[in-house]
Order: sequence, then structure tokens, then C-alpha cells
Amino acid sequence: MDFLADYLWLIIALPLAGAVALHFGGKFLPEPLPGLVAVGAIGTAFLIAAAAFVPLATGEAEAHILMLWDWMPGIGAAFEIRWDQLSALMTLIVTGVGTLIHIYSIGYMHGDPRFSRFFTYLNLFAASMLTLVLANNYAMMFVGWELVGLCSYLLISFWFTRPSAAAAGKKAFVVNRIGDFAFIVGLMLVFTQFGSLSMSETVLSHPGEVLSPGTATAIAILFLIGAAGKSAQIPLYVWLPDAMEGPTPVSALIHAATMVTAGVYLIARNAAIFELSPVALPIVATVGAATALVAALIAVGQNDIKKVLAYSTVSQLGYMFLAVGSAGYVAGVFHLMTHAFFKALLFLGAGSVIHGMHEEQDMRKMGGLRTAMPITHATMLVATLAIAGIFPFAGFFSKDEILASVFANGGYYLVLWGVGLFTAFLTAYYMTRQYIMVFWGKPRWVEGLKPHESSLWMTVPLMVLAVLSAGAGFLNTPQLLTLEHYLEPVFEALHPAHLESELPRILGMDGLAFGLAIVSLGVAVIGIATAGFVYARSSERFRQWFANATRRPMNASENAFWVDKFYGKTIVLPGKKLAQGLASFDSFFVDGAVNGVAGVVQRIGMSLKPLQSGFVRSYGATFVAGVIGLVIFFLTRGGL
Amino acid sequence: MAGPTPYMALAFILFVIGATGLLTRRNALIMFMSVELMLNSVNLTFVAAGRAIGNFTGQVSVFFVLVVAAAEVVIGLAIIVAVFQKRNSASVDELSEMKG
Amino acid sequence: MDFPMLSVLILVPVLAALVVMVLPADRTELHLPVALVLSLLPVGLAGILFARFESAAGFQFVEQAALIERWGISWHLGIDGIALPLILLTTILIPISIAASTSIAKSPQLFLAMVLLLEAGLIGVFSALDLIVFFVFFEAILIPMYFIIGIWGSENRIYAAIKFFLYTAFGSALMLAGIIALSVLQQQKTGFASFDYSDLLTLELTPGTQAWLFAVFGIAFAIKVPMFPVHTWLPDAHVQAPTAGSVLLAGVMLKLGTYGFLRFNLPLFPDAAVKYAPVVATLAVIGIVYGAAVAIVQTDLKKLVAYSSVSHLGFIMLGIVAFTQSGLDGGVIQMVNHGITTGALFLLVGMLYERRHTKLIADFGGLQKTMPVFAGVFLFSTFASIGLPGLNGFVGEFLVLVGSYATRPAFAIIATAGVVLAAIYLLWAYERVFTGEPDKPENVNVADLNLRETLIFVPLIILILTLGLYPKVLLDRIEPSTAAIIDRIEATTDFVEPTFVIGEPGE
Repeated sequence: MDFLADYLWLIIALPLAGAVALHFGGKFLPEPLPGLVAVGAIGTAFLIAAAAFVPLATGEAEAHILMLWDWMPGIGAAFEIRWDQLSALMTLIVTGVGTLIHIYSIGYMHGDPRFSRFFTYLNLFAASMLTLVLANNYAMMFVGWELVGLCSYLLISFWFTRPSAAAAGKKAFVVNRIGDFAFIVGLMLVFTQFGSLSMSETVLSHPGEVLSPGTATAIAILFLIGAAGKSAQIPLYVWLPDAMEGPTPVSALIHAATMVTAGVYLIARNAAIFELSPVALPIVATVGAATALVAALIAVGQNDIKKVLAYSTVSQLGYMFLAVGSAGYVAGVFHLMTHAFFKALLFLGAGSVIHGMHEEQDMRKMGGLRTAMPITHATMLVATLAIAGIFPFAGFFSKDEILASVFANGGYYLVLWGVGLFTAFLTAYYMTRQYIMVFWGKPRWVEGLKPHESSLWMTVPLMVLAVLSAGAGFLNTPQLLTLEHYLEPVFEALHPAHLESELPRILGMDGLAFGLAIVSLGVAVIGIATAGFVYARSSERFRQWFANATRRPMNASENAFWVDKFYGKTIVLPGKKLAQGLASFDSFFVDGAVNGVAGVVQRIGMSLKPLQSGFVRSYGATFVAGVIGLVIFFLTRGGL
Repeated sequence: MAGPTPYMALAFILFVIGATGLLTRRNALIMFMSVELMLNSVNLTFVAAGRAIGNFTGQVSVFFVLVVAAAEVVIGLAIIVAVFQKRNSASVDELSEMKG
Repeated sequence: MDFPMLSVLILVPVLAALVVMVLPADRTELHLPVALVLSLLPVGLAGILFARFESAAGFQFVEQAALIERWGISWHLGIDGIALPLILLTTILIPISIAASTSIAKSPQLFLAMVLLLEAGLIGVFSALDLIVFFVFFEAILIPMYFIIGIWGSENRIYAAIKFFLYTAFGSALMLAGIIALSVLQQQKTGFASFDYSDLLTLELTPGTQAWLFAVFGIAFAIKVPMFPVHTWLPDAHVQAPTAGSVLLAGVMLKLGTYGFLRFNLPLFPDAAVKYAPVVATLAVIGIVYGAAVAIVQTDLKKLVAYSSVSHLGFIMLGIVAFTQSGLDGGVIQMVNHGITTGALFLLVGMLYERRHTKLIADFGGLQKTMPVFAGVFLFSTFASIGLPGLNGFVGEFLVLVGSYATRPAFAIIATAGVVLAAIYLLWAYERVFTGEPDKPENVNVADLNLRETLIFVPLIILILTLGLYPKVLLDRIEPSTAAIIDRIEATTDFVEPTFVIGEPGE
């Protein structure tokens, strides 16, 4: 399929063209045509990507670079596409899951007055994300990076007449920008060190010969901050829960499956630089582990169906950062993929529930929905088991891979492993809690509300994602390691973590690895059992006692540990005061100085005014005085 | 001839009288007469000096001065008459509308 | 090329102004269309300049004729890769400003004539290669702008106009002393006085002389840019000026300061430039952050955009004193980009004012629901101003940041904070003005963009996208001229431009 290599740009161009066409012509098309146009665009992109993927997968083809055009040659910025195993995989995820979500949106956005505008933005987002993952040039990647931020802004505040939605969109963009600040400084460093911004000339060609460990650390930390902004890690995650203001397909596509993974992708792509630094990778892993834990603790106390999933996403992204921070690059990418499937499924399922419950989002007002919404229930059950990490669903394999990589590093990483393990327990717990609150128990909703299953537009994508969530794990089972072999050419120059021990092999796996797998499975089962007991099987008395005993921690969790308030008090408010102070300074002092000068001139003029008295005789007297003065002057100086 | 000194002295005295009159009198006509006095004292100076140096440029200068004085008187008196017709007073102190 | 293109380019708007003035005063429906059509002629001429321009160093389309030979003043015009984009910007913004001026009620003929005279003056400044010719045009443009602000401006227009005029003229007066000093030095050296740019380039001035000359020229240009702390004339002038005035003031006139630095301070006084660059860079960075911070808390939409100009011009100045290829290229192209984006924003605010007779943010709200197309254009321009990659603002900013990181890393890092602040003040303003429900009754029935207004934005949007994605169309022409400036600095001082070779460790 080599002829495709020259047409790879179509993958980006098709959704972009879709966006432009829908922007100008969308309002003339009746529902669901705009949606179908959008699906067509991204679906075709998926097919092209799949066709070009095959030779890479079979090993026939190698990485390919397609130069589009020179952008800013003075700093080595160009639009060039890189088609290698990693970017191809990311492209498939983006276009594949993206197409499913586009289809789902036709059902979800039915009846919205800005139906075609929604698909304009979705297609634009797809084009932007594809620009990001296909870039072989940091500047081009940054274009995609920022444009997904733009689309996130547009889509979060899609229902802009809601002030909370508008504010959430702005918050997302601004917090992302803080990360971008660090990213730009990192790019400046890259250019001044390497003389180019092309990845094939920088990070992918022996950066160790150019970068000192200190510089590599600087670049790595800057990229980490940028990634933390985009992928909602501590301390820049606060925009993601607010982003739930957007329509649910947006949350599924952008804030679960694709945009937020950009940070993980960035680190995986630049792993060579991270490895040159003695401290960068452990810092990444620590950030990831901490985020995973804190977010999971917050998810336990949430009552809004989407907020649980939002914090769960932050937590799972933390796992991905933990993975790449432990040099488990394949594990991180693997989890990125499986998470895309089951998290998208969870969000789409939540959207189906919300629609079926006539826009109710509070789980305390749900319950017993498994009979009213059977397809949604079944698919969400699959997703819940997947994210909890139950064999044989996808999440089990990917999460286990991560924990194995962490463990393999030993030393300090064993602490992180423990954190990861505890977080797995929490994940299983809060997801089961959500599942039970929504689908089991007695109905707690408002009288007369009749929940119904969603249309085929919405349920078919759910089913497809359920199949993927169930089976994708087998893409990288410990025995077959197909994904690992596939990604080998990308990471071969690096030092990925591998778990090896002296123990005998069980089921084709290293003995220690098998043991760890059993441990993580066990932890997940305990988590499910605990939640099942608390929320489904326990007696009324126990529930009372439990509610009382956990009142303080649950309250803290529900309020997300008041982090937003903290930021407000320490950053936002002082910032505003400082800006106000500078503005006053400008008006009073700087401008005042100008007006002051004018005032001084005026006063001088006023003081000289009495000289012009209008009296002829005083003028005459001045004449005479002047003459006498001149005469004396010339007499004493002795001549003219 | 007694040299230019007595003439110079007379001219100086006339000049001082004229200057004093110019500065101290309020009436525009009197001020004008003082100015004429000053101009003529200068004329006297010119003639005396010219005679003393032996150069008739001094006497020629007097003609210039006389012409200029005449022109100035014509215009000045016309202005004073116009002002007097408007204000019924020739006092210079009242003409202070051009103050700053 | 013997046809005096540049002189014709200056003359055509003057003639156009005369034509507009002699139109019958009662046929008001003629005034604007005639002015608009006539103002398209310079666009065509500038287009010919662009097409015939060769991407090489040195001045092209040169014409020279002696004016006062005794003092060495001649009518010497010519453009290089730095002046060309600015002239293009001027000719494009003039018809757009005219088309946006339909709400000028009193003496529209005079207003349009003033705008056209302004155009002539601006083209003259950018193409002048004789210092007296430059100075004459530099001062001459103050007059039409003074009238534009003073007669057709808002409530406080007289104060703003006088402040603008006196403040900038003060700087120019100092510059005149410097100009005369240069010609005197030229006379001392060669025996012939001359105000000619190429002659003055050959002067070898002592560092002491260069220092004070750099200062007087620098003060004049710094006031024009405007740099902190001599920037306070700008908010008043912008807020009080009518829409066309603000567009041209921000779009072109501010660039006179940066152009002056690039054309005169750097090549004529290279030692002083290298020595005092840190001072200029400090003020530039302060301008970036300070301007943005003050913009955040503004309650008047026009004042917000005005302070954003202070911030953006800081980027341009930072690029200029970086003395690297990317820094200067970024500075020059950002001059054009800023003109287009800020011009668009002022046009939008002006249209809002025409509808609602207020510029206060608090008076708006929910306008995206009432005027979706307008909101879309506004958001587009906002993101161009924020520096979203793919749009033109990013190109200049990024080139400046990377270029200045090479010679002044700390300054570049602080300047990068400007990109965060820009997002804050612009998106917050957009949120308050456009999102939410239009709860004030006056905001419910506001008209969306009509055909004329849409057509005004079409060229601007096309330019924003083209310069954002394919800036080479300008960069190719800018680069040789900026490289020549850097070469001159390297040749006459100890400064060496850092170069980056692939595969070798940098610093």
C-alpha cells in the first residue's frame, strides 16, 4: 500500500474539509445530514489510516515521513507528517473511537438548534487531534495541541447561554495555556539546542549526543508541565471536572478518549529526552501516581454521574503517566488504548442514561435502570468490569502491565506500586458504587419520569465499544505481546522496564508477573465486593452507621478537597488584585506624571501671565530698563 | 566751535526729559510729544557728532529720522483720535484689554 | 524601474482627498463610495510593488531628486523588505477603515479627506530615505490624526487629541535635534552636509555620540510604539478616536515607532544599540506583562484592546532587540499581523458601539445568541490576537520568542507569560460580552453583521489565515533586509549572532 504514503495528509484534510463545509453549508442541511457528512469525513479517514496501518503491522513497511510545506524555515518549523507504529496506532484510536462517537452524537444531539454546528466542531477537533499525533515537527504538533484546546473551548461552552458552560470553557483554555507556557519554553530550548524543530532531527536521532543531562531535565520537566495541563494531572487538572458542562459526546471524545491523552503521547514520543535526565522519569511517575490516587479519592464521593467519570479519567490518566514514568511505554500506550474504549463507553453510556432520564444527572435520583435500559446497562457493566480490571476484560491486562512495569523498577517505585494498587482498589470501588446506584436498587427518581432506552444511533456504538472493551486486552496478553512487538521499532533505542525474576514460569508468564497479576485482580475483586456490600447488600442499620462514620471524608471527597477554592484564594484573587493595582498605578502615577507635566507647564504660564499687564507704561518701563541694561552691558564689556 | 560736548549734553538732557515724560504722563498726546522730544534729541546728537567727525552722514540720518517720526505721528495720532472718539478719554491706562 | 512608483503612491491619496473635498456637499451618498473607490487605487499600486519586489537586500524602487542642495536634502524614496509589508498593510487598512465609517455624521467629506491624507503621509514615512523627508512625513501625519480624534471622537476627544499630539511631537522634537546633529557630523566628515540615509550610514560615530543620538531617536520612537512608561497617551487616543481612527492608529501608526527603531536606531547606532538593548528589552517585557495585566481589569472594551496593543507591541520590540534573524523577522511580520488582528478587533468594537452606543463590558451580555455571526468573527479575531497557532498572531509571537531566547533567555521566558495573560483578558471579556442569556432588553434585538460589514472582514480573515499558515509569502521578502541589519551590527560591533547547527551542542 505504498501509494497511500503520499496521501496520508488526507487523514487530516478530510475532517478539516468536513468542518469547513459544515460551517458554511451545514445550516441548509436537515437533520441528520450534517452528522452523516461528519461521520463520512472521519470514517473515511479511519479507513485510509487502517489501510496504511496494515503494512506497518505486518512489518512490511517502515516509518515514513511526508513533508507538506515549510512553515517558518528560520526556526525549522514545517508541516511534516510522521507515519510510524506509534502515530498510526494513535490515529486509529482517534479516528475509530471518533467515528463511533460521531455516530452516537447524531442520536444524542437530535433536536438541538445548533445540530450542524456541533458536527463542525467535532470534525475540526478530529482534524486538530490528528495534526497533533501525526506531526513530525514540534511546531506542527503545537498547532494541533492548541487547536484541540480551541475545540475543547468551543465544545465545552457549546450551550453558551449557560453561564457555567461558558465559564468552564474559558477555564479549560486558560489552564491549558498555563501548561502551554511551559511547552513553548521547552520548544525554545529544543530549537536552541538542536537547531531544528523537526522530530526526526532532534529527539528521534540520538539526542544524547547534543543534550547535557541538565538541559534534558529542563526540557523534560517543561514538557511534563505542558502535558500535565493537557492531560489534567496535578496541579493543572481542575479544568476537567468543569468540562463536564459540555454535551456528553464531547466528554467522551475529548475528555476521555483523545485530547487528554495528548500529554501521554507527548511523553512517550519524547521518551528519549526523558531518559537522558536522571530525575525526569521518576517525577513523571510520581505525578502520575499522586494524581491517580487523589482523583480516585475524589471520585468516591461524587454524586453526578459525569463527575465520577471525569475524576476517574483524571485518575486513569495518572496511571498512564505512572506507566511512562516507569519506562513502561508500551504499557502506557496500551492503557491509553483500552481506556479510550471503556471510558468512551462509560461516557456514552452515561449520556444514554442522562437522555433516558430526561436530563437528570444526579445518581441519587436514579436506580433500578437495568430493566428500563437493558442495552445501556449491559454495555456499561462491561465497561465497569473493564475499568475495574477484571479478567478477561481489557482493563485488566493494561492495568496489570502498568503495575508490572512499575514494580520492575524497584526501589522508590515500589512505593508507587503500592499507591497504584490501592488506587486500583478505589477504582473498582467507586465504579461499582456508580453501577449499583444507577442500575440496581429501587427507583429513586421523580414521580412520573419514564426512563427509556436510547435510539439505535446511540446504542450501536455502545455495543461496538463494549466488544472492544471486552476483547482489546488480548492485543497484548503476557503470552503473546503483540502490541509490544508492534511498537518495538519506536521504542527500541530506549530502556523499557521489564519484569524478570528467577521464579518458574506459570501459564507462559514470568512467575513474579503472574503473582502480581493475581494480586491486582484480587484487589479489584475486593473493591467490587466492598462496594457491592456497602451499596447493595448491606442492611439499613449498616448503611446508617456507614454514612455517619464516613461523613467527614465523604464530604471532603465530594468537594474535591476544596482545591478550586484554594486556587481561587491563592492565585485568582491575588492575581486580580495585582492587576487592579497595576491599572490604578497606571492611571494615577504614570498617566498622572504626564498630566503633572502638563500642569507644571500650565502653572509656569500662569505665573508669567502678569507680565502682560496691558499697561502701556509698564511696557515702556520695561523697554527703558532693558535699554539701560544693554548700555551698561556694552560699556562694561568694552565694545560690541 | 566748542566741540560736540555741549550739544551732546543738551541732547542728553532733552532725551531724559522726553523719557521721563513718556514714562510718567498718562495722556497719550503728552506721551507722543515726549517721544518727539526724544527723537529730536537724537537728531541733535547725530548733527553734533557728524560735525565733530566731519562726516555729513549724521545730517543725512536726521532726514531719515524726521521722515520716520512724521509717519509715526500720523498713524499714532489717527489711532489716538479713533480711541478718543470711542472712549472719550485719552488716558493710556484705560487701554489694557490686551492683558495676558 | 524608472517610473516613480513611490511618489505616485504618495500622490494618489492626496489627489483622492482633493477629489473628495470638491464633491458637492449635499450629495452625501456620494462621499463615501467615491472615497472608497479611490482608496482602492493605492492597493493596486501596492500590489504591483509586491509583485515586482525582489527578495534581496537593499532598497528597491529608488527615486532621488535634489531639493535643497546646500543642506543636502533630497527627495529620496525607496523600500526594502521591512517597509514593503508596512506599506501593504497601510493600503489595505485604509479602504477597510473608510468602508467602516458610515456613521460619521458631520462633515464626512473632511473626515474622508483626512483619512486619505493620513495614508499619503504614512506611505511617505515608510518609503523615506532622506531624514528630513522622513521627519516631515513623520510630523505631517500627526495633523490629520489630531483632527480625526479631535473632531469626530467621543466625549473626551479634545483632551485625547491634544495629549496624543503633544506627547508624540515632544519626542519628535528631540529627534529633530538628533537629525540635525547627524547632518552636521556628516558635514564635518566630508565637507558636505547631507541628510541622506545612505550617506549617514557611512558615518563612523564614537560610542559616546552614538549613545545620546540613540537616546533622542529612541525616545521619539519609544513614545510612538508606545513603550512603558511613555504609553499613557495610547488608551485615551484609542478610546476617544472614531473607529477608523483607532484602526489606523493601532494598525499602522504604532508601527512607526518600531519601524523607526529598526530603520534608524539599529543600523545608524549599532554600538549604542548593542549596549542599550537590555534596557529596551526590559521595557519591552514590562510592557508585555504590564499591558496584559492592566487589560484584564478594564471595564471599557476599547480600552482593553488598547492595552492589549501595548502588550503586543512589547513582543515586537523584544524581537527587534534580540538581534537574531528569527527575532527581527518575527518583529516585522508581527507588525503586519498586529495591524490586521487589532484592526479587526477595533472594527468589531466600533460596530458594537454603532448599535448600542456604549463600550462598557457591563452593558453587554448574551450577544452570541443575538448576533451569532458577529460573535463568530469576534471569537476568530480574539483567537488570532491570543496567538492560536494556525492564525497569524502565533507566527510573529513564536518567531520572536524563539529568536529572543537565543540571546536573552530570561526575557523570553517572562515574555511567554504574555500568552497566558492574553488568553485570560480576551476570553474573559468575550465571556462577559457574548455568552449567557441576553438579560438586558437592549441586547435582545441587536442587528447582526450586514453585507457591507461582512465584506469588510473577508479580506482580514483571509489574511489572518494565510499569514498564519503560509507566512513565507512575507517572510521571504523580509528576511534579506533584516539579515542585512544584523550583518551591519556584526560588522561594526563585537556582537555575534548565535547560530544553531543541527547535531552540535548549543549553549
